[in-house]
Amino acid sequence: MADLGRACLLLALAVCVYGIGASLYGVRRRRPEFSESGRRAVYALAGILTVAFVVLEVAFLRNDFAFNTVADTSSRTTPAFYRAAAVWSSQEGSLLLWAWLLSLWASLAVFLTRRRMRDVAAYATAILLGFGGFFISLMVFYATPFATTRPAPVEGVGLDPLLRFPTMMIHPPMLYSGYTLCTIPLAFGMGALLARRVDAEWIRAIRRFAFAAWLFLGLGILLGARWSYSELGWGGYWGWDAVENASLMPWLTGTAFLHSLMIQEKRGMLKVWNVSLVLATGTLAIMGTFLVRSGILNSIHAFGGATLGVPFVVLIGVLIAGSIYLVVSRREMLRSEHRLDSLLSRESIFLANNLVLVGLCFVIFWGTYFPLISEALTGREASVGPPWFDRYTVPLALVLVLLSGIGPVIAWRRATWANARRHFLAPAGVALLTLIALLAAGVQEKPFAIAMFCCGAFVFASIGGEFFRGVRARRAMAHEAVPVALLSLVRRNRRRYGGYIVHIGMAVLFIGVAASSSFQHASELGLSPGQSARVGAYSIRYVRPTATITPKYDAAHTGSTLSLGAVLDVTKHGRHVATLLPSEGYYASEEASQGTVGSLIGGQPVSHVSMDAGLSRDVWTAIEPDIETPTLQKIVSVGNRTLPPEDAVVAIGYLARSYLQHPPQAQFHFIVSPLVMWIWVGGLIVFGGGLIAIWPAPSAVRRRVRMRLRARAAHGLARA
Amino acid sequence: MSLLVLLLIAALLAVVVLVLSAPLRAARRAPEPDTPERDELEVAREAKYREIRDAEMDYRTGKLSREDYEAVDGALRAEALEILNRLEG
Repeated sequence: MADLGRACLLLALAVCVYGIGASLYGVRRRRPEFSESGRRAVYALAGILTVAFVVLEVAFLRNDFAFNTVADTSSRTTPAFYRAAAVWSSQEGSLLLWAWLLSLWASLAVFLTRRRMRDVAAYATAILLGFGGFFISLMVFYATPFATTRPAPVEGVGLDPLLRFPTMMIHPPMLYSGYTLCTIPLAFGMGALLARRVDAEWIRAIRRFAFAAWLFLGLGILLGARWSYSELGWGGYWGWDAVENASLMPWLTGTAFLHSLMIQEKRGMLKVWNVSLVLATGTLAIMGTFLVRSGILNSIHAFGGATLGVPFVVLIGVLIAGSIYLVVSRREMLRSEHRLDSLLSRESIFLANNLVLVGLCFVIFWGTYFPLISEALTGREASVGPPWFDRYTVPLALVLVLLSGIGPVIAWRRATWANARRHFLAPAGVALLTLIALLAAGVQEKPFAIAMFCCGAFVFASIGGEFFRGVRARRAMAHEAVPVALLSLVRRNRRRYGGYIVHIGMAVLFIGVAASSSFQHASELGLSPGQSARVGAYSIRYVRPTATITPKYDAAHTGSTLSLGAVLDVTKHGRHVATLLPSEGYYASEEASQGTVGSLIGGQPVSHVSMDAGLSRDVWTAIEPDIETPTLQKIVSVGNRTLPPEDAVVAIGYLARSYLQHPPQAQFHFIVSPLVMWIWVGGLIVFGGGLIAIWPAPSAVRRRVRMRLRARAAHGLARA
Repeated sequence: MSLLVLLLIAALLAVVVLVLSAPLRAARRAPEPDTPERDELEVAREAKYREIRDAEMDYRTGKLSREDYEAVDGALRAEALEILNRLEG
């Protein structure tokens, strides 16, 4: 079946080449049948890549270790769910996932635009097939997922233990959906420029795709942060890692675009800005993919294997040069139709919001790519760490949250200072009361965190006031009960109120970030069984050690040969708070030099954190057992000398029993973080608000609204 | 390469060729012509309706005074009617 997969890749590449040619020929020579054939090439690509993906998926599920990628990332003992998801844990499989998702989203985009702006769609089709052809070429010439080895190995290496976590398996499809969806607006933006049809229609066509890209990217980022917090042993959720930043940058410019496109829709303004944002977002998405695939920067996400850096650099160079050329050469037709009516208007606030978002993106871009730039200029590698990023991003984030509370309260086109003062009075008062309450409670250090709490309170009061006034207006018109009025209000104004919910979610998220990062208590504790230590107001007692051996006894299905841990009892003011069960998993390695027993536990150890999550705080801990004691090492060395490979696991049993009977002191990383839960809750609120904003109204409702507004427009002018 | 795989590849190739060539083989009939101006006007109409509703919402939630609302609403309705006339023209 590997032959079928390889044939699919070759056929897919041929379809891409044909589709590009047919689309361009069709639009340039005004032969619509060729444009239509080019559009069908996208559908055909989706079908072919689906077959290829299924071939690889079946190989994983059937443990077909003749496939190199299956042998390198899966094993017979890997649980079925992780085997199914292991497809995208390798370089080659992730390229296939990327290309497949691109083909699916591109098929949807060209289907929805099949009857409109055919010239723009034809160019967009060619560009999307170009992206598809690029990724398929990487698989055909550099990193094929269908490479095989005969005879096939009996067993595979297994999945990286760090990836045996449900959210980590869903994280790549979400993130890749976001990246691939970013290419849809880029393709249609370029198509509009190439076809010289930079009117509002292409904006309307790609609006939902831009929103979907923003949603999926955001969800992928959140899942990655959750994995980092719950699985890695450092207790944090964001480390300004290069690959984390690479996904955040297109999300920031995408957020800016979703706001400024409203200005273009309403006022015909910011056309150059919007098309530049769209092109930048798509390019940043490709650059993000480049960072993960090339291993050019140090990152926990870095994939081993052959570098794909050169082809990516060429593609990114073509994208940047092409984008600049198109925008500059079409600048005359991108002139704004109107100017700002007033600085005190929602348009102005959106513009300020855009500048802050792009500023944030620039800061992160500089800090992420600085090592490369530095090395290119000086020959020495340099890097910037979290303190540098925090110094510049925190103030910008504060301004962003504040603007998210101001914007909803300001009218479009113009607002009066009297109205603005009236609507800002209550939110400002709430923010001030929050400040007083915090100071009175003794929270005086960490001024940025305090400022974020006050800004968050401002946002809640501001948007809460909007909902209150909206429901009151709805009840005055329709005489509905409050819950019904609220539902009607949101249903009839999905974009507006969905957006408000997103703003609330972001404020909640930023409050969680500010609290957990500024008021965290963290300690490194060395404890033996029976010993206790204090961390802030909490008392931690090491009750007893734990030990489990072999995958089939490992309830977490982590695949570890041996897992050593502890039972910790956590109390506060004498009251029981939680029982924590951290452990460290030891995995098999392929180093024969470690011996028959040593190689069973000689792989990269993985920490399995234990936490008690709550609305007000998380109590989090990780353990680092001491496996280097003379007693335990003696068991390993005796086992290496005397036991054949098939009996080596007996020594692991002795090792576990010895650890339980004579547990050495273990190191514990213990953290109490306030309000971490609200980061995830805030993310879910953002996601929910985004879904509301993007959800289309039923067509019957749209027709009724259109007819009513048409009558109003005519009636009002007849009266005048 | 087994016979089954060969047949699958051949079938896939045949389907792809059929799908891609269908528009080229179809009887030559003129597709509906693109109407970029009309499409643009329809998009503008929808956007204008949305603006009218937003202005009303802004007024009802107290963000616009009555005088400002009447001025903005009148302007928006004039723009909407112009678009409707051009659509019907």
